Amino acid sequence: MSLTELTIADAAAGLRARKFSATELVRAHTDAIAALNPRLNAYITTTPDAALAAATHADAALAKGEAKPLTGIPLGIKDLFCTNGVRTTAASNILKNFVPPYESTVTANLLRDGAVFVGKTNLDEFAMGSANITSAFGPVENPWKRKGDDAALVPGGSSGGSAAAVAAGLAMGATGTDTGGSIRQPAAYCGIVGLKPTYGRCSRFGTIAYASSLDQAGPMARSVRDCAIMLQSMAGFDVRDSTSVNRDVPDYSAAVGRSLKGLKVGIPAEYRAEGLSAEIEAAWQQGIEWLKAAGCEIVDVSLPHTKYGLATYYIVAPAECSSNLARYDGLRFGERVEGPTLDAMYEATRRAGFGPEVRRRIMMGTYVLSAGYYDAYYLKAQKVRSLIRRDFTESFQKVDVLLTPTAPTPAFAQGEKTDDPVQMYLNDIFTVPASMAGMPAMSVPVGLGATGLPLGLQLIGRPFDEETLLAAGSALESAAGFTHRPAIRAEGAK
Amino acid sequence: MSLDPATVRRIARLARIGIDESDLPALQGELNGILGWVEQLNEVDVEGVTPMVGTGHAALRTRDDVVTDGNCRDAVLSNAPDAVGPFYTVPKVVE
Repeated sequence: MSLTELTIADAAAGLRARKFSATELVRAHTDAIAALNPRLNAYITTTPDAALAAATHADAALAKGEAKPLTGIPLGIKDLFCTNGVRTTAASNILKNFVPPYESTVTANLLRDGAVFVGKTNLDEFAMGSANITSAFGPVENPWKRKGDDAALVPGGSSGGSAAAVAAGLAMGATGTDTGGSIRQPAAYCGIVGLKPTYGRCSRFGTIAYASSLDQAGPMARSVRDCAIMLQSMAGFDVRDSTSVNRDVPDYSAAVGRSLKGLKVGIPAEYRAEGLSAEIEAAWQQGIEWLKAAGCEIVDVSLPHTKYGLATYYIVAPAECSSNLARYDGLRFGERVEGPTLDAMYEATRRAGFGPEVRRRIMMGTYVLSAGYYDAYYLKAQKVRSLIRRDFTESFQKVDVLLTPTAPTPAFAQGEKTDDPVQMYLNDIFTVPASMAGMPAMSVPVGLGATGLPLGLQLIGRPFDEETLLAAGSALESAAGFTHRPAIRAEGAK
Repeated sequence: MSLDPATVRRIARLARIGIDESDLPALQGELNGILGWVEQLNEVDVEGVTPMVGTGHAALRTRDDVVTDGNCRDAVLSNAPDAVGPFYTVPKVVE
């Protein structure tokens, strides 16, 4: 099997057994990036020389029997994580030349465990988008194709570059961040596994902020076990993030393949929403049957405020974004456009530095926080957010985990759904509620739809019960036997 | 609630985002579309509901009041768009 087709678990075993070297493994990926990235645009910045140097160190560690969990494993890093000495752009013009002098906690944890970074993956600007079309560095192409149709499809967003890179074999795994679905929805669109941990599980230190009460880092990989391996490194308490939770990190890999006998799986009625495609509804039903066969008890539940999740999100997230992005003022870092006065400099800088979607969200947020409108919009949204969380809390008194679709449709083509912001926002209808409530959730690919595109199902768990997600996710993965690969991939590419 | 052009201009000013007059109609339409859509929250009865300000998993904690970082002026200034010596620069604000 080609080195770019291996899972992280198999590659780690292969490295230890000296079947191939870290240098060979990393080179296979940097070569694949050189061949395919000009088309897919999954990476904004590639670091092949640093990766190969790190691979040499990994080989030395392996030779001495000092391998760590991720030694020699090539990973992509979403370009929202600050990486010491490596340009970090958030896919925005305002940070196009920003080189952080420090490392984010999540990437530092991965480096501690031996991971090799091959580059910084593309995303929607400041993680604001659902199709990876708002990047200042151009859109990402989904490596999957509809049957008999070469149209460029979107990879989902905002972690679209990470999802495309992992799907195409340009990384064995990648970091993502998820604010309203930005790990799970692109994972579903690209046929990979993506896990958004409980809010507070992974440190936000050094991750460029979008909406701080929602942002959470998580792993994206080609198997449930690989996500468990990555999360093991990424998770953990960090004094530098005030919302980081001081709790032990369990052995996530031990949960993979765990028996599901007696597990209660909730099926929320409200996710049978308008706009749910027939093929995804069928995949959902199939998932229910698989979990039943694995020994689960299926329970109908109700999350009555589901339909208000998106509208709540599009008040809370822009409000936090308008506050977080106030720091880009052309003064201390980032690009500056000169003006005759300080205010003129700010206005020119922020007009030139931010793209239309980011400007729109900053303005929405500014409005809902402005005098006279705060109670009507922001306070109201915070109250509805409480009700959304209460729905989950009450459901989790009856069931252990929820099963839903990840997105209402498979990937769509570049250029579709771009006229009306609200239509684009609807892609996140099933992922946003768990984000609002801070619950962990994961997307697992379970099959191909009628047009040959991957379909994902979402599992939502209790706070800090990522293990049940991994256990149920691995049952779905085994039952589905999802071995399909995208049309554009490293294997065989020259 | 519908935003008029003057309000859109005021929001842009508050957000310190420069806009051209030619941007106004499209921006006004988009913002009104979003605001119209979020009006659905008016259906929800939130009487007596406590606003959620965070997920509440982490308790606020204190730390020792000690210096943990510093002596990195050059690193701090390394990304400044227009640093002069050890200083940030801004356009003149006092005539």
